[in-house]
Amino acid sequence: MTLWSVLGAGVAGLAVATELVARGAQVQVFDPSGAPGPHGCSWWAGGMLAPWCEFENAEEPVLRLGQEAFGWWKEKTKLQRRGTLVVSSRRDLPDLRRFARRTEGFREVGTEIADLEPGLHGFAKGLFFDAEAHLDPRNALKDLYDGLLDKGVIFHKKLAPLQLKNAIDCRGLLARDVLYDLRGVKGEMLVIRCPDVTLTRPVRLLHPRIPLYIVPRGDGVYMLGATMIESEDSSRITARSMLELLSAAYALNPAFGEAEVLEIGVDLRPAFPDNLPRIRRLGRTIYANGLYRHGYLLAPALARGVADLALNNTHSEMVDEDRA
Amino acid sequence: MKTFYGIDLPNPLMLGTAQYPSPAILEQAVRESGAGVATVSLRREGAGGTGQAFWQIVQDLGVLILPNTAGCHTVKEAVTTAHMAREVFDTKWIKLELIGHTDSLQPDVFQLVEAARVLTEDGFQVFPYTTEDLIVAERLLMAGCEILMPWGAPIGSGRGLNNEYALRAMRAEYPDVPLVIDAGIGLPSHAAHAMELGYDAVLLNTAVARAGDPVVMARAMMGAIQAGRLAHEADPIAARDMAEASTPVIGKAFLS
Repeated sequence: MTLWSVLGAGVAGLAVATELVARGAQVQVFDPSGAPGPHGCSWWAGGMLAPWCEFENAEEPVLRLGQEAFGWWKEKTKLQRRGTLVVSSRRDLPDLRRFARRTEGFREVGTEIADLEPGLHGFAKGLFFDAEAHLDPRNALKDLYDGLLDKGVIFHKKLAPLQLKNAIDCRGLLARDVLYDLRGVKGEMLVIRCPDVTLTRPVRLLHPRIPLYIVPRGDGVYMLGATMIESEDSSRITARSMLELLSAAYALNPAFGEAEVLEIGVDLRPAFPDNLPRIRRLGRTIYANGLYRHGYLLAPALARGVADLALNNTHSEMVDEDRA
Repeated sequence: MKTFYGIDLPNPLMLGTAQYPSPAILEQAVRESGAGVATVSLRREGAGGTGQAFWQIVQDLGVLILPNTAGCHTVKEAVTTAHMAREVFDTKWIKLELIGHTDSLQPDVFQLVEAARVLTEDGFQVFPYTTEDLIVAERLLMAGCEILMPWGAPIGSGRGLNNEYALRAMRAEYPDVPLVIDAGIGLPSHAAHAMELGYDAVLLNTAVARAGDPVVMARAMMGAIQAGRLAHEADPIAARDMAEASTPVIGKAFLS
């Protein structure tokens, strides 16, 4: 039986390994950092499964393939299907109308906002995408990791040996030594704690430049994200970005002004020029990469595509090159 | 046709490179519209000189690159950014943008003139983003600018030409200076309007990048700009208060 070697234990690698194991394949995982942690960009994700919202600024496959995520994740981790609420400040109402024109799967809400999220302050109009969901990315990674351990998958805390047969490279931006059209897109996020405010679902605050969102992580903890900057410097957050993120929280409810800042996250999302993921087979290695800002949303479709290619030699739409 | 610091523009559309859904769509918008110049922001994308991947994408567009100082609020910041731009893109061109007001993003014209002087003395070829004020325009030319880029309306507002009278006056005052409408364009009709007034080029970003289909909007903008230029060259008729029949009525059997 073929032994498949997955390189990288981020959301892409773990999802691919999980899918292969579920289809009866034998798998081992290599990652010099070991178990999932802050060294990987999926650690810093928002964890929103929001294909309808994302469609505002993404290509059609994100909307369609993203909907595979609900069923896939539901069996593996705790998924909260409470929808997404999109609001804007009064002066940015044209942005809300534009968002509505370019998306689907929502209903317009007014006074209902107060029923949905009593913790929101002073918003007269919004859009409610009731089919969307969110998960806790760190729990999700751990659940995949533990699930693979349960199935007997061995994790090697080291670099994969060179000339490995049947390798599946899910190393994210590190794979740019082979994938020359991969680039890094800087993202910055904060984790804050504010027990005074209760939000139960992801809320997006439309902003002329960046889509800011807040995702409840439970126990008064919230993830605030995320900037998208065409830079490959992941060393620090800028003051401007922190101001914008915190201003967004403050605009949602001034009580966020008293929040504690627990974490500052900065990392680079791996992205191809059209910001869509790709599967490529070059020689004996399959590369699966470019999840961009859709790690948790598109990892299931990516994993299925990889398994289809590896096990059945069938080409999903994500395969853009096959030179086996 | 006027030259831009000695360079003939292949056509009068300058496209900004920010806010597109993806670099692939940016590339397609530039290619399909045939834009002659791409502007790129150094400040946000450039912290610490590490925007390489995106800068490479912009350079690979194969059009003239006009780096800008978007987001700068002081002469010092703008000058530093311009120097970085010159190194990264190997060009003397710099679109000088000095923001004076947070909500309107109105240029701070006092600092603008000072920064233009400093940069020109340093060998830069400055494209100043300014208002329609003629005195400021004069000062910019005195500072060494050979191009003026007045706003149509505030950045990203999509309102078109807010002050047609002043923009006409600027065109009349400086018949030989290349004039570019920079900012405020929302629709192709706005871009055509600028060209009909005799402006030499139009610079826009948000109207294309944030359109539902940026590639189609870029083509629409190019079509409008070409139509506007042709109309200007064709010497349009003046507006009148009363009808003037295009066919003489005398001699026709109009009483029958």
